[in-house]
Amino acid sequence: MNFWNDPLKIAADWLVSILTGWGMPAVAAGVLVAFLGTLLFISLLMVLDIFLVWLERKVVARFQDRLGPNRVGPFGLIQPFADIIKLMIKEDTTPAGADRVVYNIAPMLSMMSVLILWAIVPLAPVIFGVDLNVGLLYIVAAGAISTLSIIMAGWSSNNKFATIGAFRQVAVMVSFEIPMVAMLLIPTIFARTMGMNGIVQAQNIWYVILSPLGALIFLIAAIAELGRAPFDMAEGESELVSGYNIEYSGMKFGMFYAGELLHALTFGGFLAILFFGGYRFFGLEKVSPFLAVIILLGKALIGYWVIMWVKYTMMRIRIDHMLAFNWKFLTPLSFVLLMVTALMNALLRETSGWLYPISMFLSNVLVAWIALEIARSHSRRERAKVTGVKAVEVAPH
Amino acid sequence: MTASQIIFLLVAIVTLGSALMVVASRNLVHAALWLVSTLFGVAIIYALLNAGFLAVVQVVVYIGAIATLFIFAVMLTRRDQLEGGVQLNSGWWLGALIAVLTFGGLFGMFQSWSGFSKTATDIPSGFDAVGQLGSALTSPVGFVLPFEVASVLLLAALVGAVYIAFNRK
Amino acid sequence: MNEWLYIGLFFIVGLIIPVGAIGMAWMMGPKKSNPIKMTTYECGIETVGDSWVQFKAQYYIFALVFLVFDVETVFLFPWAVRLGQQGLFAVLEGIVFISILIAGLVYTWRKGMLEWA
Repeated sequence: MNFWNDPLKIAADWLVSILTGWGMPAVAAGVLVAFLGTLLFISLLMVLDIFLVWLERKVVARFQDRLGPNRVGPFGLIQPFADIIKLMIKEDTTPAGADRVVYNIAPMLSMMSVLILWAIVPLAPVIFGVDLNVGLLYIVAAGAISTLSIIMAGWSSNNKFATIGAFRQVAVMVSFEIPMVAMLLIPTIFARTMGMNGIVQAQNIWYVILSPLGALIFLIAAIAELGRAPFDMAEGESELVSGYNIEYSGMKFGMFYAGELLHALTFGGFLAILFFGGYRFFGLEKVSPFLAVIILLGKALIGYWVIMWVKYTMMRIRIDHMLAFNWKFLTPLSFVLLMVTALMNALLRETSGWLYPISMFLSNVLVAWIALEIARSHSRRERAKVTGVKAVEVAPH
Repeated sequence: MTASQIIFLLVAIVTLGSALMVVASRNLVHAALWLVSTLFGVAIIYALLNAGFLAVVQVVVYIGAIATLFIFAVMLTRRDQLEGGVQLNSGWWLGALIAVLTFGGLFGMFQSWSGFSKTATDIPSGFDAVGQLGSALTSPVGFVLPFEVASVLLLAALVGAVYIAFNRK
Repeated sequence: MNEWLYIGLFFIVGLIIPVGAIGMAWMMGPKKSNPIKMTTYECGIETVGDSWVQFKAQYYIFALVFLVFDVETVFLFPWAVRLGQQGLFAVLEGIVFISILIAGLVYTWRKGMLEWA
């Protein structure tokens, strides 16, 4: 086995042998090497994150028919570094009446909740942090920490806008977590494991073909979980000015902002791993682990681009509509889909050839069609109720 | 002392300290946040015991759902209703007495238990804990009835919560 | 080695990096604080009262419904892992489990608890 086939293990073994050669006990050397590896990996993620700032600004500019950053460096590539210097030398303010400790911990937790997600992302068959056997629940657990950081930021700022924004956002996040978790169960049923690497290995057919509706619901719930438009209740610039991070400035704001961008990329990656075959692409991943990493990052960036596309195309939805959409449509639909998937999977698992994928696909289409018909007739009835009456509703806080 | 013992002691101290802060803190939101810290400490202890599924479930359910619920509940109250007042009521000595007696009783019981001197056997590699749990929940000879009863219990909790909220309106 | 050790390392490093970044910014930035600068932002006029306003009870109801479904999905994960081995029996078992909870959702809905008003 040489370096190009299993780079992580070879490099780690080499470092451990050097350290033990210096007289360090083997366990301590192993922990130190793992620590250094994690530090290197997360530093690379932060560098990637810096370029995401540029990418996001460039893409939103194209969506809005602008040029975006183009002055500093070629294609404005040095712009994010200028931004970082600006964030660094800005004054670090804490508003009067803020709860100092909670206020300062919140941005750190927000960033951490995103970074820890990468511990379980399989970048290549042999390049991953940990292949946890409870990988999918770990994603939900990290989401819980992210929810907590938003509550802490909003509450400790001593600002009504921040508190209201945070509470709305948390209500949305916890609500959309239900369909998201239900959709995490669908790859689990197909792959018979909750480990991310196992799910990728089991995807001889991309799960988006077996469950297109599942992938769509996961995408919608993930966007809500990220707090991006059209579900960006936390920000709500036109009503809450900036929402939960309104009082933050300088690097602390930078942490929330960078965390949001990396979170979006991470969920693009999860969409790729769970439904689009992860690092697999027609056997190319077997050529080299480095190629597999490039494939996964490419798919993650496509997922990220779709999330941006939605963000810059859709309008913000009012909170009562959003929660009604979740609890009255998405949650029942996702549980029905889960039951249909489990049943079809048990009945057709043993059949060979194309019968299994085609019938799974068609059952998904059928469920989606029935759900949309029900929603359509419901909205007709709702509209009939308000015809003639000017519908004025007041959004309560 | 092994490394895992040192980690355990640190985590246990943080967990107990946070638990103390939950009851000692005057600010209700602070108390809720200290509770999060306590529950997270418990999750770390599960992870140290190689109970990965329980550790993650602890974070998902207790930090993701219960802590959020607590903070929402605290925000239903008003600040001026909370401040002032004494933190101890007249029955504090009774509570303290029961706590000391419980601790003493448990301590005495565990003195005679031989489990403390044993080290846990290593889990064999390739052991699929979640799969075993799944088998136990799904196989006809396993825990099918408790699994379904759990669902009924959750339904009862939901109906109860809705009923209470409905009456208050 | 325990795989949770690596997860722990990710937690530690994931905390070190933002702490380092915020700490560096704190060292490099100017510190010219004054009371006006530190006032709470609120559309140009002085803030009235503090931010601990009384919130709608509806937030609490949604969190309660969420809690029930969250616990449910936790039960479903081990079920989904072993679904393939047990055949139709396990599927029907899961369908009964989910149906009971959907009945709870329908009850909540009919009682009007899912309305935001």
